[in-house]
Amino acid sequence: MNSDLKTTIGLEIHIQLKTNRKMFCFCSNKGEDESPNTFVCPICLAMPGTLPVPNIDAIEKIIKLGLSLNCQIPEKSKFDRKHYFYPDLPKGYQISQYDMPFCKGGYLEVDGKKIRLNRIHLEEDAGKLIHDGERSIVDLNRAGTPLAEMVSEPDIDSPSQAKHFMQSIQKLVRALDVSLANMEQGHMRCDANISVTNGTKRSPIVEIKNLNSFRFVEKALTIEQSRLQDEFDSYSGKEGKVTRGFDSKSGVTYQLRSKEEAKDYRYFPEPDIPPFDLTDKSFIDIERLKNEIPMLPEQKMAVLAEVVGDDLAKAILKIDHKDATLGILGDGSIDKKGKLMFGKLIVNNKEVLNLSREQMVDLAKVLGEKVFPSNILRNIISEAVKSGDLISSINIADDKSSLTEAVDSVIKNNPEAVKKYLAGKKETIGFLIGQVMRELQGKADPGEVKSSLENKIGG
Amino acid sequence: MKPLYQLTIKEASDLLEEKKISSLDLVESVFKRIDQVDEKVKAYLLLNRDGAIKSAKLSDERISRGKRIGRLDGIPISVKDLLCTKGIETTAASNILKGFIPSYNATVVEKLERAGAIIVGKTNLDAFAHGSSTENSDFQVTKNPWDLNRIPGGSSGGSAAAVAADMCLASIGTDTGGSIRQPASLCSVVGFKPSYGRVSRYGVIAMASSLDVVGPLAKTAEDASIMMDAISGPDDLDPTTIKENENFTNLKPISLKGLKFALPREFFAKGIDEDVKSVIMKAVDDIKGSGGEIVEISLPSVKYALSVYYIIQPAEVSSNLQRYDGVRYGHSAYRDRNDLKLEELYTNSRGQGFGKEAKRRIMLGTYVLSAGYYDAYYKKALKIRTLVKNDFDKAFDKSAGGADFVITPVSPTPAFKVGEKSNDPIQMYLSDIYTVPINPAGVPAISLPAGFVERVTSKLPVGMQVIGSFKDDKRLLEASIALQDLLKIDEKPNL
Repeated sequence: MNSDLKTTIGLEIHIQLKTNRKMFCFCSNKGEDESPNTFVCPICLAMPGTLPVPNIDAIEKIIKLGLSLNCQIPEKSKFDRKHYFYPDLPKGYQISQYDMPFCKGGYLEVDGKKIRLNRIHLEEDAGKLIHDGERSIVDLNRAGTPLAEMVSEPDIDSPSQAKHFMQSIQKLVRALDVSLANMEQGHMRCDANISVTNGTKRSPIVEIKNLNSFRFVEKALTIEQSRLQDEFDSYSGKEGKVTRGFDSKSGVTYQLRSKEEAKDYRYFPEPDIPPFDLTDKSFIDIERLKNEIPMLPEQKMAVLAEVVGDDLAKAILKIDHKDATLGILGDGSIDKKGKLMFGKLIVNNKEVLNLSREQMVDLAKVLGEKVFPSNILRNIISEAVKSGDLISSINIADDKSSLTEAVDSVIKNNPEAVKKYLAGKKETIGFLIGQVMRELQGKADPGEVKSSLENKIGG
Repeated sequence: MKPLYQLTIKEASDLLEEKKISSLDLVESVFKRIDQVDEKVKAYLLLNRDGAIKSAKLSDERISRGKRIGRLDGIPISVKDLLCTKGIETTAASNILKGFIPSYNATVVEKLERAGAIIVGKTNLDAFAHGSSTENSDFQVTKNPWDLNRIPGGSSGGSAAAVAADMCLASIGTDTGGSIRQPASLCSVVGFKPSYGRVSRYGVIAMASSLDVVGPLAKTAEDASIMMDAISGPDDLDPTTIKENENFTNLKPISLKGLKFALPREFFAKGIDEDVKSVIMKAVDDIKGSGGEIVEISLPSVKYALSVYYIIQPAEVSSNLQRYDGVRYGHSAYRDRNDLKLEELYTNSRGQGFGKEAKRRIMLGTYVLSAGYYDAYYKKALKIRTLVKNDFDKAFDKSAGGADFVITPVSPTPAFKVGEKSNDPIQMYLSDIYTVPINPAGVPAISLPAGFVERVTSKLPVGMQVIGSFKDDKRLLEASIALQDLLKIDEKPNL
């Protein structure tokens, strides 16, 4: 057992993009669960003479993904043809990207480690083969679905880190709304490369194909890692690359190809689609895409925690799906206390989320200056949600709260009169009303003062 | 009055407009002509008799209601069998597509039908447009109407022969390295290859995507412009179409006076038939006589153009033919034997379905794209392609005293005999030497009837190629109308 061997893992992740139409035709992209070959057209069936029409929405989505992973977006990009024969590939070539992908480089931090990306490119998915005894049946509903292929550098050093990388990517593409990213449905699939080295000699690089759950990624890599460690002494260091499959039922990997077959895809630039000028704003506006990228969960957490602390930030993220708090925290017209109080409030009172953006700003400003008893605050908010007018609900509440204070202090300072009233001398109420009216300098409705006193004293 | 089938589009259109003839008369006259001569010429692979008669009646109805769509409404035309026609068998003249009936129209076919044109049939071609003689058709050999022992040129040989023999008023061809212009030249009709992207390629069975162009073959340049008016323009289904629309309505001849015509030295050097050369030089003299300026230029990179073409073209061909795998449509070995393994299904279907020339190009193309050879061949060819393009840009650069148009022969020889070159692919490839360089450059070019050369048994047509700058299609057609008025070649073959 060579446990001091260093493990090197790289991932290739395929992500189906969530678009209305397929990558190069006008078929709906929602045929995955429908009857076979019902979401197809002459273009995705590769009928003679048909031509691909690139889906700009898919291009925007992959660039958004690239921007949020710190990729470099080049000035020019193009599609290429990758040739091979297989019944799920109607044209006999896949339209993919060879040397000019939409996204170059980039990185993602996982478990405090920067995992570099090599590239993300755009291509079309193939159809599905359904094996039925001696026959195989072709379903082309999926053929032509936009697919982003992300290739990491071999920066991952453990199977669990590989799993975390995949999980972060899933969170990211969902936050960006570029993919449904359900692994069990094949929206996200992964090939993993793993090797171990002692610094002078390297084991063969094992590629494990088609891992379709987070668990399988970790499990298959763990199995391969121990196998490579166990067999390390028997390697010459010149084995090169081997491809293995993973059987999720039995949990074992098995050899697919002993030696990497000399595959020749005969890539060449797709002549049916002119190259793209990504600096041409009439084609694609990278600045707009940058602005459209929502804050990602980790970024939100960091921004919130800075003002309200970790615990409150976590609580806010759980309930505040509209990112209202983030908006308030980013508003320069609100002071720090107002922001903190707003954050505390929203955790205790979801109704705040029903206020308009302007109302929230006003509320946060008031909270910076004043402290309200929580029941009064609750009233203010529900009134404001109903009336749409936050300021007057605050004013009414203000008046109401000074009335309550005055009533409380008059009761406290005139115990004799209260006693008399409770003993049955109801006319004493007139004296108490007068005292409250004096305290409020006449700015109150005597009827309201009366009922407030009666409520408070009881009896 | 001459028989209706002999009319040009312009003449027939005027008569239809004046209600002197009906579209049904015209279509029936054309079919009668086909019945008389196509047994000898063999231009058509398929006749759309019932559909055409039905469409002619609809057209006549529109005309009687004063709702004629335009100048093509009611005009009988033919379409090369490389363009998909909805509900009508489309074969590319290859066994691998025999029996294939598309569920969609090529954009060009769609546009022609919307303009009221009547498609009388699908014309023969070299299978998948691979060839210069139409002898590579898997179904029949088309003969040159001027001499039935000779080839009509290719690959749009069926279209050129059909127009020359008055079996339609005009036709649609495709041109990847001369496939419209060379047969037009050998059959004495007008063949127009528009700028790359001027006409949609959607639904046109691909030969070499970056070179393929769709265009008209017609009796006159004016008719060609009427066809262009209907078929050109941007298409959402073809991302390579030119974005701006060009208006080809009612083009009039422009004065040749003061126009600068350039003769590239490289196109008049050795290899050209002396008789062909003198026909072209005679035409050049006529142009000079009517005030056109003639200058000599050099297009130095053109000598590599044929080599470049025979790398890029087979590369794209090999890729475009990958889809014919016997799985979804066309010839499938599975029909005879359903116990085939996948690999056998592929090799048997393709082996049986493709002809010799397709196989030759698949092998050439696969070779030049394969790992280790890509840089040496394909990548280098792309670089030289840019040089060829630059040569033409320079020739037409007005700010540097460039020409309005370039004039060359279309073909180094007149039509050769059937079988003469069919076993020698290199000789066959060389017959395109003057047309091929135009496609990598993407510029528009036209073949105009320029005269005849006398041979022992027959006189054979010679065409003149006029080349314009990229996107200058309209002016090239306007000049062509004027040149045709000047050259006045309106003899008909004797069938």
